[in-house]
Formats: sequence, C-alpha cells, structure tokens
Amino acid sequence: MPGRTASVPTAGHGAGAGKRAVPAWRRSLRPYLLIVPALLLTGGILYPFGLGLYYTLFDFAASKPQPDLVGVGNYRRILTQPAFWDSARVTVAYAVGAAAVETVLGVAVALLLHRSSPVGRVLEKILILPLMIAPVIAAIMWKLMLQPSVGVVNHLLEPFGLGGVQWTDTPTGALLSSIAVDVWVYTPFVAILALAGLRSLPASPFEAAAVDGAGWWFTFRRLTLPMLWPYVLVAVIFRFMDSLKVFDIIYALTEGGPGDSTMVLQIRAYLEAIRFQRYSFGISYMIVLWAVVYLVTMVLVRYLGRIQNRAAEVER
Amino acid sequence: MDMHAHDRRRFLAIGAATAASATPLLTACGAGFGGGRAAGDGSAADDVTGPFDWKRAKGRTVKALLNKHPYTDALIADLKAFTEKTGIRVEYDVFPEDNYFDKLTVDLSSGRASYDVFMLGAYMVWQYGPPGWLEDLGPWMRNSSATGAEWDQEDFFPGLLSADQWSLEAGAPLGRGGQYALPWGWETNVVAYNTEVFGKLGLKPAETFDELREIAGAITRRAPGAGFDGMYGVAVRGSRSWATIHPGFMTMYARNGLKDFTVEGGKVKPAMNSPEAVAFTRDWAEMVQKGGPPSWTSYTWYQCSSDLGAKKAGMLFDADTAAYFQAVKGASPASGKIAFHPGPKGPGGSLATNMWIWSLGMNARSRNKSAAWLFLQWATGKEHLRKGAIEHNHIDPVRKSVGQEAAYKDKMGAIPGFIETFETVVDQTRIQFTPQEQFFDATTSWAAALQEIYGGKNASSVLNGLAGDLASKVG
Repeated sequence: MPGRTASVPTAGHGAGAGKRAVPAWRRSLRPYLLIVPALLLTGGILYPFGLGLYYTLFDFAASKPQPDLVGVGNYRRILTQPAFWDSARVTVAYAVGAAAVETVLGVAVALLLHRSSPVGRVLEKILILPLMIAPVIAAIMWKLMLQPSVGVVNHLLEPFGLGGVQWTDTPTGALLSSIAVDVWVYTPFVAILALAGLRSLPASPFEAAAVDGAGWWFTFRRLTLPMLWPYVLVAVIFRFMDSLKVFDIIYALTEGGPGDSTMVLQIRAYLEAIRFQRYSFGISYMIVLWAVVYLVTMVLVRYLGRIQNRAAEVER
Repeated sequence: MDMHAHDRRRFLAIGAATAASATPLLTACGAGFGGGRAAGDGSAADDVTGPFDWKRAKGRTVKALLNKHPYTDALIADLKAFTEKTGIRVEYDVFPEDNYFDKLTVDLSSGRASYDVFMLGAYMVWQYGPPGWLEDLGPWMRNSSATGAEWDQEDFFPGLLSADQWSLEAGAPLGRGGQYALPWGWETNVVAYNTEVFGKLGLKPAETFDELREIAGAITRRAPGAGFDGMYGVAVRGSRSWATIHPGFMTMYARNGLKDFTVEGGKVKPAMNSPEAVAFTRDWAEMVQKGGPPSWTSYTWYQCSSDLGAKKAGMLFDADTAAYFQAVKGASPASGKIAFHPGPKGPGGSLATNMWIWSLGMNARSRNKSAAWLFLQWATGKEHLRKGAIEHNHIDPVRKSVGQEAAYKDKMGAIPGFIETFETVVDQTRIQFTPQEQFFDATTSWAAALQEIYGGKNASSVLNGLAGDLASKVG
C-alpha cells in the first residue's frame, strides 16, 4: 500500500505512468491563450480607433498629404462651427423623434400581439419583414413612394383631398419623412423585444390583481409597465444609439437636404472625409459623434440598472 | 473604496502612457500619412523609345474603372478591336454614377494602383491633380515613340484638350500646366422641349431668361388642361449635390455674365453673392417653384431626363445627351416629339455654355503605364470614336473629324435641332467655373443654398453666408 501511495503522481514532478504532467509554465500560460481571440478582436477595434484619433491631431487632407500637427485644432474648429451645432441639433431631433415614436408604436403593437389569436400569430411573422430589408433599400423604396407626382402615397391620399404633398421638399417634411422611414424599418424591432418581455412576465401578480378586481388601465400602469420597462429600455438604448449614428436612411432619402435640414453628423463627417477629402477633419467629426453616443449610452445603461432593480421590487 | 480609486488612477495612468506612446507605435505600424505625390521628376513616358508600335505592350492587362453610361457601353462593345490591335487585355469594373466618384476617390486616395485608367470629369482634375494622383499625359503625347501619328491632336474640338490641362494653382486658368486627362466625350447644356405641347399651347422656345421662366410657369398651369396630365414646365436638377450646379444653372448664370469666383492678386474670392448673382439665383429658384418638378430637391439628371421622355416635363435644361437618349426613336413616349434649342441668351446675346467632359485619366501609381497609354490613345482616337458615334450612342464626339462625318450627321440630323443647336453653342462652350481644389465643397454647398432659397429663405442672406463660408476654404 505504501508503494501505491508513493506511485500517485504529483503535479510538477512529471512522474505519471505514461502520462506527462503539464509543466507549470504552460498551465500559467493557458488563461492568456484563452483570451487571445478576445485580445485580437479588441486590437482589431482599437487599432483603427487609435489611428483615427492620431489622424485627428493633424490637418491631413488630399490637398495636404504631408500634414502639420494641429493638436486639438480640428476639435476646436468643429465646436466653434455653427454647421456642427446645426447638425448636432438635427441628429438629436432625429434620434429622439425616431426612438420615441418607435417605442410607443412598438409597445402598442406588442400589447396587441400579446393577446394570442390566429391573426396575431400571422401578424407576428409579417411584422418582422421590414427588419429583413436593408435600411438603404427601404429608404430608396420610400423615396419612390413619396415622390409627389408619381408616388403611391400621394395617389392614395388624393381621394381624401390630400394629394400633392411635397414630402421631402421642405425642411420639416424632409426630417419627418426620414423619421417615418426609420419608424417603418425599426418599429418591429422594438415590438419584438417588448413582446418577448411581455411573455416573460410572471403570471401571479396579474392573477392577484384580477382577483382584487383591478381594471385594465390600473393593471397596465401599476404592473405591466413597471415590469416591462427594463425590456423597453433596452430597445430604447439600441434605437437611440443607432439613430444618433444614422447615415443610410437620410443619405438615400435626402442627401442631408433640402439645405442642411437633414444634415446629421454622420453625413457631414462622410462629406468632409470622403467627398471633400479633408480626412483629419472628417474623422474628428466621427470622434465627436462617438463621444456623444458613448456618453448618452453610459447614462442610459446606468438608468437601465436602476429600472431593473425597481422592476424586480414590483415582481416581489 | 480606496483600492477602487487606486485601480482607476492606475488604469488612467496606463491609458495616458499608452496614448503617449501611440504616436511612434502607430507610425511604426504603417499609420503614417501616405498619398504624397506619386510622380517623380521624370515621366515614365521617357522610357519609351524607338518607333511607335501598337503591339509594344502585348500580353499586358489594363484595369479600367468605368461609370455606367452610354459612352461606356460603346467602349465596352469595341474592346475586342483594341485587344486585336494591341494584344492588351482590358479588365473593367462599371459602377453607377451615384457612387462612381466615391469609389474612384477612395481608390485613388488609398495610394493603390487597383486601376490603371478611369473615367473622370474635367472638374475632377482640380481635386485629383494636386495630390499627385493623376499621371501627367503631356510627356506621353509629346513622345512620338509612345504616340502614333494618327492620334491627331489638332483634331480635337478647340478647348477640350486644354480643359483637362491645369497648373494646379487655385484660380489659374485652364490650358496651362500638366495634361491630367484626355477628353473622350462631352456634353453641352442646352434646352430640349416637347414639340407637341409647345404646338398645342402656341409656345416658342425661350430666347431670354425671362421668357424661359414665363414659359415654364405657363406649361405647368396650362398643359394639364390641354391633355398633358401632370406635366410641368422645365426639368432642372435640384439634389443636394455639386451636379445640380454645373448644367442648366451654371449655363444660364454664365450667360448672365456672372462669375462663381473672382481672382484678385492670386486670391480666389467667392462672387456668388454679388447683387446680380443674388437676383439671378432668386429668379432661378422662383422659376423652379412655379414651373419646375415636384420634389425638385431630389432631382438628378436621371429624373430630369426620364420626365422629358415620359411627357412629364415640357422642357429640359440640361446636358444635350440627357435629352438625346429620350429623343431617339422608340426610347420613350416622347421620342419623335423632342427638339433642341440653344436656350435663352443672356444680356447682349451671350450663349456662354458650361460643358461637362467625360475624360479618361491614368493612375499616377499605375505599374502598367505603357499599356495604359496605348489604351487611352486608342479610346480617344478617331477609329473608336467614329464607331462609337455612328454605331453606338457615343454622341457629342470630341473629335471634329467625327462630327463632320456624313454618317454621323445623318444619324443626328434625325433629331430636330440637335446639330444646329450644337453648332450654335459650340464656340461659346467651355468650362465656366473657376478652377480650384475645393470645387466639390463649393458646388455642393451652393446646391444646398439653392435649395434653401427655393424653400423660401432670403437669397441675399443665404448667398452671403455661403460666400463667407467658402472664402475661408478657397482663399
């Protein structure tokens, strides 16, 4: 027996019968090897980001291939330009408008679909169709449909005396039309998240409320909404972040016009960097936009944490 | 808590150190600024010696970037003849105009030589020339070993070769300095009109700008009642793009004796806010409001052209090609009913006309310059252009000899007024813009300003704002 005990391999001594013990250095390396893919991915993200930041410190442009160091000059120039503030205002108006309408409509659609019925089940499948269309295609499609003289929208409105609307020809009309296309594409996304939330809510609080004779409005306001809110907020965060970064829908629909009425930050950055070839200046616009999106997201995510705690209390 | 704060401080310190070390690291990783002037002091053309030979680069492949256009179709249809003549293969990519120039710009600015040759407009020389992306073709043209005698330089219409020649100095006139592209196909901007609606309403083509505005409004008001459902007066471009400015707008602007910029002591100053320019721009916007297309702010040449063809527009003030492709037999509901006219004269009878030149350029970083030059020489030569003009739709040839061909005249003579209009404006047709690097920024902003004026904003304040903004960019 003592012999048997002595034959038990001990780590680090390499005394296994036919089995070689893993050397210590390899065992200590293993955790690092496991995170190599993540590190490579992070590097793949950080390298272009760092390169972009580096470029913003210069006045690199096609007309100036050997640029001078300007420090934060590009950022100072952006922040003192009325054009930037105009674009920031348009971007925020677009993001708030789109996210708000999509949230209200998405939740409403989810509430309707939650009542299980054969029609609801069919609608659920149809609902996701806009999500399967690339936003730029959706925008081109809507551009044709909103065309005042040959577009189908005015044709449908004509019997009601509402034909001839110049959808994208006025500043307000262009912004509202762009938001409408965004709403058409992304409301199903909010609805699907809200519907998933609705279906995961516990039944007991609702049963208790029914026993107590609570009405629909009371139940919705005091039970459904507080418990559903974390799900909705996740959708809001996604949609708000995405809308702040909008490019495709607006570019395909109005190119930022008429005038500068739909000139969001992404389009301005694109024009500066690609069309006008002021690379450093264009990238600086992108970095400013990134900072705005990052800060807004941080605030919303913190708020989400608080809301989740509150929802958990309601469930208890 | 302390530990947490300590960790954060440490993290920030590491972050700062990383940022400080990023500059040399990024440079080491190849993040330095590329795209400097590619051309050296000498030209690759100097390496070509001996007698001229079409087969000199036999077995090579030329890569071409092309824009979707009827001229391109004519070129592609004839590529076999080029390969037979030279033994050079041509590989090409064709992109629609909406994103063609973005593709070209990104490709050239990347410093790669993905394409040896490409289509570009003469205005693009002002943007692509200064960074050194375009090969100066002058040495190739002057080298008799590289260029065949039949490539007759004198045969180009006057002003076309010089329109692609520039000294790369803002405000300097064209026709001096490097030859950065070769003219291949061009377009004059004139008025095309629907003869049917003009006949029914008893109208005659406008001879002045005031008449044009009046006729445009009259068609919008009266044509629908005369059996032309939904017809409006005049199709002109309106999208928020540089392309809105250069056709009809710039032509009428120039006929009124107006300038985009003035050059004083080598300084380029915006002039689109002069009182005369403000008055003209206001009138143009008003013409569009009363007689232009609905949804004008999204109008590109595609919509303008198809509206004329679909009998939605009574007139088109744009490139002659845009109307021609609707006018040919069987091309559109309006074909056979479209005629051409030089358009309104300016005060003093000016028919100054802005032009667009589809040109062919060579990538300065091409590793295949000898073969690329043979391709450019062939594509702008008499043989291909004659075939393109007569057998295909490469109308508006850049060569006088093709324009004088009986077969060409017979073909184009079938379109009422086309040849007469061309001959009337040709001598006054030239690039009416002031050459400067910020051309695309300036004209895109100008188009945005035009949209704002169309939307009801005060023309004077909008154009003053535009001029102020541009002054700091181009000055």
